[in-house]
Amino acid sequence: MIELAGATVTAYTGTGHGGQQEILTILHPVTCTLVEQRVAVIGANGSGKSTLARLVNGLVLPSAGTVTVNGLDTLTHGAAVRRQVGFVFTDPDAQLVMPTAVEDIGLSLHRLDLSAAERDERARAALARFGLGDRAEVPVHALSGGQKQLLALAGVLATEPAVLVCDEPTTLLDLRWRSTVDTLLEGLDQQVLLVTHDLEAAARADRVLVVDEARVVFDGDPRQGVATYRDLMAVHR
Amino acid sequence: MSRRQDRHQRPAWSGPLGLYASGTTWLHRLGPGAKSVGLAVVGLLVLVVRGPWGAVLLLAAVTVAAASAGLRRRNVLRSLLPILVTAGVVGLYQWWQRGPAIAVEVAAGLVTVVLAACVVTATTRSDHLLDALGRALAPLRHVGLPPRTVALSVALMIRSVPALLATAGQVRDAARARGLERSPRALLVPAAVRTVARARSTGEALAARGLGD
Repeated sequence: MIELAGATVTAYTGTGHGGQQEILTILHPVTCTLVEQRVAVIGANGSGKSTLARLVNGLVLPSAGTVTVNGLDTLTHGAAVRRQVGFVFTDPDAQLVMPTAVEDIGLSLHRLDLSAAERDERARAALARFGLGDRAEVPVHALSGGQKQLLALAGVLATEPAVLVCDEPTTLLDLRWRSTVDTLLEGLDQQVLLVTHDLEAAARADRVLVVDEARVVFDGDPRQGVATYRDLMAVHR
Repeated sequence: MSRRQDRHQRPAWSGPLGLYASGTTWLHRLGPGAKSVGLAVVGLLVLVVRGPWGAVLLLAAVTVAAASAGLRRRNVLRSLLPILVTAGVVGLYQWWQRGPAIAVEVAAGLVTVVLAACVVTATTRSDHLLDALGRALAPLRHVGLPPRTVALSVALMIRSVPALLATAGQVRDAARARGLERSPRALLVPAAVRTVARARSTGEALAARGLGD
């Protein structure tokens, strides 16, 4: 369960007139309790969606208010929260830091204090689960964009998090890989918070949050949420 | 095959430095700790051994080790090319300044150390290297430094070599596409910016995976 209570994110933008530091609000107070299995976050570029997602695993800490995951506060129990919340970035190249697939998943498993043999076994099992079993020793840079995103997902899920936050995981993918990743995400046992521009995927969620100009302007039924977003963007079919 | 005929595209980086190549040779089976000690010994010998014959003998020994590790000759030569060019330039300068014996000693020493590093990184998986470094750096805990974090930094630094070279390749292509391939500014500035951006995104990715906690 993800709880945001007045969670606000602000940042200093520099010194303005009179030597006063100017403060920019990146996300106005958000209060909601997310218990649904699939929650989608939609909104325009730069609206604050990613900031909202990053609040959930403590990559961004609230300037005011609180964010808790299964009762753990991201501010005071950041490490424990990150053990429970996996995060998938838009660009897998930003996420994959080791040279080969099996090594990268091995790195994720490092914090579990497993032996090298156990890590290797679990890493290969994770790769096999995502259809990358034969790519274990292949340099990451030689994988396709879709394979890289699957690898990033495999690396996160190998540690068995309770919650998965995905920040536009299909934005850079072609239709086939987008469908593959969507299907995988929909089949997961974990609670998934999906930031996306894919309105079809958002409509299939259990709940949708619409973010616009740093505010959550809609929270509720997915179809209504998508319609609200279309209205905001003045995109009609 | 002429260069014109060889039109197959190569990945940005396929050399062994910083990139693990799976295998079952004795060097692959040897523990990362032993290989790290071996690398340190090679570095020490390069400094201690005097004279061109000793330097050449050391280079030959490391070359034999590289061959026995099953490293592909073409990949090794590709990754060593910048070092070979550097060694050639340095060697020529030393020849001019201090004579042929010193020139051979210095140039061979340079190639020996880099080749030995190639052998270690190409036969050792990152996570195994991380384990070994973590154990070796354990005493740092007494002065308040987390050994695992320091080990992770070292492992990432080694493994960043292919990524940095890939970035350099992308920047070069971008400059070429805009007709700026001869502009040092068009090459260096974006390369520096992208490298810093990559460092930041790597840090963020590690934080998201709970590896800095």
